Amino acid sequence: MENIITFAPCVLLLPFLMFLFLGLTNYKWTGKQAGIIGTAGITVVAFCCYYIALQYFFGGVGKPDGATAYQTITVFNMEWMKMSVAHPGLTISIGFLLDPISAMMLIVISTVSLMVHIYSFGYMFEHGHYDEGMQRYYCVLSLFSFAMLGLVLATNIFQMYIFWELVGVSSFLLIGYYYKKPAAISACKKAFIVTRFADMFYLIGILIVSYYTKTFDFVEMNTLAENGHTLVGNSMEGLTFMGLSLTTLAMFLIFLGGAGKSAMFPFHIWLPDAMEGPTPSSALIHAATMVVAGVFLVARLFPVFAIDAPNALEAITYIGAFTALFAAVIAVAQTDIKRVLAFSTISQIAYMMVALGVARFSIEGVEHVETTLGFTASMWHLFTHAMFKAMLFLCCGCIIHCVESNEMAKMGGLKKYMPITWACFGIGCLAIAGIPPFSGFFSKGEILSACLENQCTGIYVIMTLTAGLTAFYMFRLFYHIFYYEENPEYATSEHKPHDQKWPMTLPLIVFAVLTCVCGFFPFGQLITASHEAIEIETNWFVEGVSLTTAALGIGIAYVLYYKKNDKPAKIMAKMQGLCTAASHRFYIDEVWYGITRSFIFGIICKSIAWFDRHCIDGFMDLMGWLTNRASSESKDFQSGHVQQYAWVFVMGVVVIGTLALYL
Amino acid sequence: MIPVEMYLIVSTLLFFIGVFGFLVRKNLVGMLMSIELILNAVNINFVAFNRYLFPEQIEGYAYSLFVIVVAAAETAVAIAIFFNVYRRKGSETVKSIRELKH
Amino acid sequence: MDTLSALLTGNNILFAILTVVVLCSALLSVLTEKLMHAAFYLFLTLVGIAAMYMQMQYEFLAGAQLSVYAGGILMLFIFAIVLVHHIGENSESVSPKKKWIAAIASISGVILCLITMYGTNFNVNPEADELVKNVNMETLGYALLGTGKNQYLLPFEATGILLLACIIGAVVIANKEKEDKA
Repeated sequence: MENIITFAPCVLLLPFLMFLFLGLTNYKWTGKQAGIIGTAGITVVAFCCYYIALQYFFGGVGKPDGATAYQTITVFNMEWMKMSVAHPGLTISIGFLLDPISAMMLIVISTVSLMVHIYSFGYMFEHGHYDEGMQRYYCVLSLFSFAMLGLVLATNIFQMYIFWELVGVSSFLLIGYYYKKPAAISACKKAFIVTRFADMFYLIGILIVSYYTKTFDFVEMNTLAENGHTLVGNSMEGLTFMGLSLTTLAMFLIFLGGAGKSAMFPFHIWLPDAMEGPTPSSALIHAATMVVAGVFLVARLFPVFAIDAPNALEAITYIGAFTALFAAVIAVAQTDIKRVLAFSTISQIAYMMVALGVARFSIEGVEHVETTLGFTASMWHLFTHAMFKAMLFLCCGCIIHCVESNEMAKMGGLKKYMPITWACFGIGCLAIAGIPPFSGFFSKGEILSACLENQCTGIYVIMTLTAGLTAFYMFRLFYHIFYYEENPEYATSEHKPHDQKWPMTLPLIVFAVLTCVCGFFPFGQLITASHEAIEIETNWFVEGVSLTTAALGIGIAYVLYYKKNDKPAKIMAKMQGLCTAASHRFYIDEVWYGITRSFIFGIICKSIAWFDRHCIDGFMDLMGWLTNRASSESKDFQSGHVQQYAWVFVMGVVVIGTLALYL
Repeated sequence: MIPVEMYLIVSTLLFFIGVFGFLVRKNLVGMLMSIELILNAVNINFVAFNRYLFPEQIEGYAYSLFVIVVAAAETAVAIAIFFNVYRRKGSETVKSIRELKH
Repeated sequence: MDTLSALLTGNNILFAILTVVVLCSALLSVLTEKLMHAAFYLFLTLVGIAAMYMQMQYEFLAGAQLSVYAGGILMLFIFAIVLVHHIGENSESVSPKKKWIAAIASISGVILCLITMYGTNFNVNPEADELVKNVNMETLGYALLGTGKNQYLLPFEATGILLLACIIGAVVIANKEKEDKA
């Protein structure tokens, strides 16, 4: 415990200091030096994180002798701001909260971050020199690591919100890393604006909840919810707004913030565009860590959701299920390999959301452990997905590095050139498709079981269908890249595609190993909603069905894309409408764009602009004009004529004398 | 006995004639003369109050003596300044000295 | 008729004449366009005021007024006027507007003062005419050179220094140009 207290500040401070150091020593280091500095920093952080997490899970810190459940430990909690006027006792603190999910997130973030730091070494080295923005890149990566760690370790919802915005801004900076590319610029703006728009709801939710509960603290909120109170002394009970209980509404608003970050429908539009950033940062931010912040948020407040706002959880389930299917359908029709992965990420995060959504605490007469299986499954999937999706992105990075294009059409037949990448990508695809013994099989199976166990049969069917689609589009991607028809340029080109150097290959192998083994981690023992171990039983029916669907998906992909043939074109011709719509992402971007243009720009902004131009500017102009006139009129008083001064003096004496004597 | 008010009326009128002169005169010597009128008006006040209100004392008397002396000194310096200005500017009007406005 | 005849004492007639002389010549001195004339009218004013002092039985003050003002200061003015080229002929053309503005200031001041005076009761000592006879040169001499209450040695000395400073200052200021050239 004492050691944890020693290491805990290091976890947050070190990345922040790295960020300051790299950010303030402006372009002083060469790319290589900057990379080494950043990587060294994150290595230390990673080992601190591992140490803390291992101590927590297995070292007896989280579960002292005799305890049956993991403790929630507040390692430190400093009061930062006191809102004494309106709500005495309402304080915002900055702290370090350790419980099973934050300990798990420590491992995920530090692992992926460390691997991405190493990988970027190779990725940013192109045409014989390091990218000129290396220092900026590593600087923002450090900022991101700091913000993400702060987010998962937050003791209160307001601290989480602060770090939430920090991850948003670092994501913005990384998407816009190639700031000379117009696409990157518009993508980073889009990501920032969409997530900020969602964060607005999050903030409103925070304000509603904290207004009534008079606390920001997660532990307090969750404890009170678990004790059967409707968020502190029934203060929100009976309060309704538009037919919904206020708690439900507030929790739903908080979820909307999470939906923005986690790219749930209809806020998913930013994530595919975010692929304009450097691929390693996509792997870190837009695949493994930041995008699961929304899932983490719901998981963090899970007791409140499950006890006080089950309706909000239901909404989460439906939104999640729809998003999962929707994103999977779009992913089938995409041709840019990173976009396929982006939609696949959306779909997989939606899986986690669904798993959380179907989970419930024990209702009377229902067995306790079974109903919260979704929580465990969600966190498990978060963990496994982070590993294999980061690996897939990093593989993509290798491929893009060779081919120098994101388009599938430029690839094909890469297997013989890049065997290691092929193997890793294949493992990733098998994992995401849910083939044993890779990690995705276990976590996805648990999610599907959780759906079925909570009597959500409809959701279960959708999720199984999505699993099949996932297998199909992932293997479509896989076959398209590594088999299909070899691009004739490769054979003649001087720079034949090849496996990359060790900084890029090592992370792939690490992730591949993790993907192979982490399905066997005893997640049911470690991470549960109640912090008590639960028994995870394999539901053979569910596993059988999902395996069959996955095999079916893979089989169809094999038939269509293993070798070049005309079947895909024929199918596309038959389903032309659906294909076009899916490749245009069902025009959701256009809908948003239309809303933005006609409503926000057309009505709100125009009237505000009019008001600004005519009223505010007019008022300012009037002030300026008055000042101008007043000075030009009064400057004659400063004429330098002694007699004029004397006249003013005499009149002043007369006036003051009159006033003093007769008024 | 002449009422003290009569002296005060004379001095008031004299004072404001002086003020008027100070305001309308264009050249510096004319303005100095107006100032002498003002000083004399003040002197009359001093003396009249002394004479009619506190005849056994001489405060006003002494003060007006000092005023006369100071007026003499002031005039001497002012005339010297006037010469200097005239030499530099080639003009004796008050409008020629306006540098302090800047 | 009785009141009128009571007013027509020699003292009062003399005062009336002096008032007319002082005010008229003062007015003329500020209104006349030629500076030499203005100086002459100023001379008349100063002499009239000296006569008023005399009438108030302050003979020494009247003498000082005549010698310092009429004899000294006025001479300075006349020298200035004569020494400065053209100044005598420099007829002033002050705009009527400026005159009116100045007149407004002055007249409003006069009105304010007169109204205030009208509403004030001055504690005139009824035996003033008799008591003033006790004041003679000896009293004045002691007052100027004494250090007690109502005695003015310090101002007297300060005035001496002031005069000295002003002599030097006047010389320095008036000579500055020549020194610069040298």
